[in-house]
Amino acid sequence: MTNAQESGGEGARVIPLTPPHRPAAAVPGPPGGAPDRDPLERRVAAGLAFLRRRLQGDYEVDEFGFDPELNSAVLLPVARALYEHWFRVELSGLENVPAGTGALLVANHSGTIPIDGVMLSVAVHDHLHRDLRLLGADLVYQVPLLGHLARKAGHTLACPADAARLLGKGELVGVFPEGFKGVGKPYADRYKLQRFGRGGFVGTALRAGVPIVPVAIVGAEEIYPKIADLKPLARLLGLPYFPVTPTFPWLGPAGLVPLPSKWVIRFGEPIPLDGYDTASADDPMTVFNLTDHVRETVQQMLYDTLLRRGPAFV
Amino acid sequence: MPSAAARVVLVTGVSRFLGARVANTLQADPGIERVIGVDTVPPTMSLGRTEFVRVDIRTPGIAKIIASAEVDTVVHLNLVTSPAASRSKAKELNVIGTMQLLAACQRSPDMRKLVVRSSAAVYGSSPRDPAVFTERDEPAEAPSGGYAKDAVEVEGYVRGLVRRRSDLAVSVLRFANFLGPGVDSPLTRYLRLPVVPTVLGFDPRLQFVHEDDGVEVLRRMTVEDHPGCYNVAGDGVLLLSQALRRAGRPSVPMPAQSIAAFGDLGRRFAGLSGFSPELLRWLTYGRVLDTAALADELAWRPKYSSEAALADFVSVRGPGPGAPLRLLDRLIATPVRD
Repeated sequence: MTNAQESGGEGARVIPLTPPHRPAAAVPGPPGGAPDRDPLERRVAAGLAFLRRRLQGDYEVDEFGFDPELNSAVLLPVARALYEHWFRVELSGLENVPAGTGALLVANHSGTIPIDGVMLSVAVHDHLHRDLRLLGADLVYQVPLLGHLARKAGHTLACPADAARLLGKGELVGVFPEGFKGVGKPYADRYKLQRFGRGGFVGTALRAGVPIVPVAIVGAEEIYPKIADLKPLARLLGLPYFPVTPTFPWLGPAGLVPLPSKWVIRFGEPIPLDGYDTASADDPMTVFNLTDHVRETVQQMLYDTLLRRGPAFV
Repeated sequence: MPSAAARVVLVTGVSRFLGARVANTLQADPGIERVIGVDTVPPTMSLGRTEFVRVDIRTPGIAKIIASAEVDTVVHLNLVTSPAASRSKAKELNVIGTMQLLAACQRSPDMRKLVVRSSAAVYGSSPRDPAVFTERDEPAEAPSGGYAKDAVEVEGYVRGLVRRRSDLAVSVLRFANFLGPGVDSPLTRYLRLPVVPTVLGFDPRLQFVHEDDGVEVLRRMTVEDHPGCYNVAGDGVLLLSQALRRAGRPSVPMPAQSIAAFGDLGRRFAGLSGFSPELLRWLTYGRVLDTAALADELAWRPKYSSEAALADFVSVRGPGPGAPLRLLDRLIATPVRD
């Protein structure tokens, strides 16, 4: 009984917007019934309170449009279902990500549709308890719906100003330097890193004075094996490529279901940039060398992790 | 800096809301000898000891006033942002008026300070924008029309004047959208529509500046010396969807083209102001300013955050909570039975 009263009191403290529940929860019901009903009732009340806050606009977004409440209550749970049950993501090297300070996560990009970014966000949120702020292509922000959902999930445009601002706030920033060349490469080229952009990410990390954490994502290559590219159609739609996979577009919308590959995400040891001063960000040779070093590290991690994962769909 | 203190202040655009408020604030300052307000129409509200001169700043008449009154400070608030006036007339006023005014300023030996009201619209709005604009950032896509382009051109002419008269203290203020109980702008008219159309698939980040803060910034720029270019906006950011929910306005998402068409119909037949292309772009992609430079320079922060400016606007103009919220409240008030 004391147990029921305690949890009733706790419920009233957590959900201040619903005073009518308090008497209901505190009413001494049948000794066995109350503890069963309480959690459900509390969840309903919490759900209603959440709905009320959302309808009232009573929440905060940061200057990038990041809406932490929406992200953790709506966007991440959807992605988490895929993460846990469809791709069965395994993590390693979590201890390599600095806790509480800014860092630049540099990962390989693959999968035709950039689901790897979403999965990496879930991994960082659930297992490192931080929000990953990804840097996305401007195409993302031109597409209706996708653009504002990406912002609400905490991501922003891949430009030096945004990256510097986020790192300056001590955030964990994620970047895929391969860009479209990586995510849209044919299946035959899987796990072969493409060019790492122009090394802008290295300059950003040098200027911000944060370490680079190499990340290898294994499994994303197999979700939509791209066997051909309809270039004229892509040009017509203003897309970087129009993929043909074993299921798309042959099966229509069903072809959009990703194949259930087994994923492994590995965080490598941080590459410290302490030895360089901020002026070296303006030295192209330093930037090129560091870019190559990071690229080789990620490539090596990819091969290792790929071997360890074994078959793609088991 | 007593030597630079404003003695005779000329305020342009004094018959409009911002000009009137600024003139009123300045005339209450005993340190200022004279406040002269100019506009093409007489002011509708009393401006205290402000002397009103009816003159079109597009004509050389403005130079005579500046010379004869020995004006040392010009507060240029004439930027017409509302599409109510025809576009070509607004452009005339904004660009040609500024050119004429700046020519007069350059000629006058008494001139010491110029404060120009510009707009954050100079940054444009596009999906390639950085998340936050600082004063040094160039627009990803330069505004192609409307008052945004006027503001870009006005700033260009002001830079020209700075080059030629380096002895002048010139402050250019890029204001976010004004909001408050007294503001009447395309934005406030938009927010007051019975059903607010939003651009389908987009939810822009917006910032507002409260009218009181705007007036205070202009006052301090006038009586103190703060040369340079500054962003002015309330702290914090609101999404359009969030702002509409807070205002209790029902909204309906529509493709951008049909919003423009509806706006056109509204302007033609219902006397509404329609949606200018730059307003529509702002409502699609939004824009956020970095106001750190202003806060550093003035050692001051706006009294109203973007959120508070909206709340103040809503408290005066808004209806109560929307229907879904009332329904939900009734639902919450009913004890749950299972």
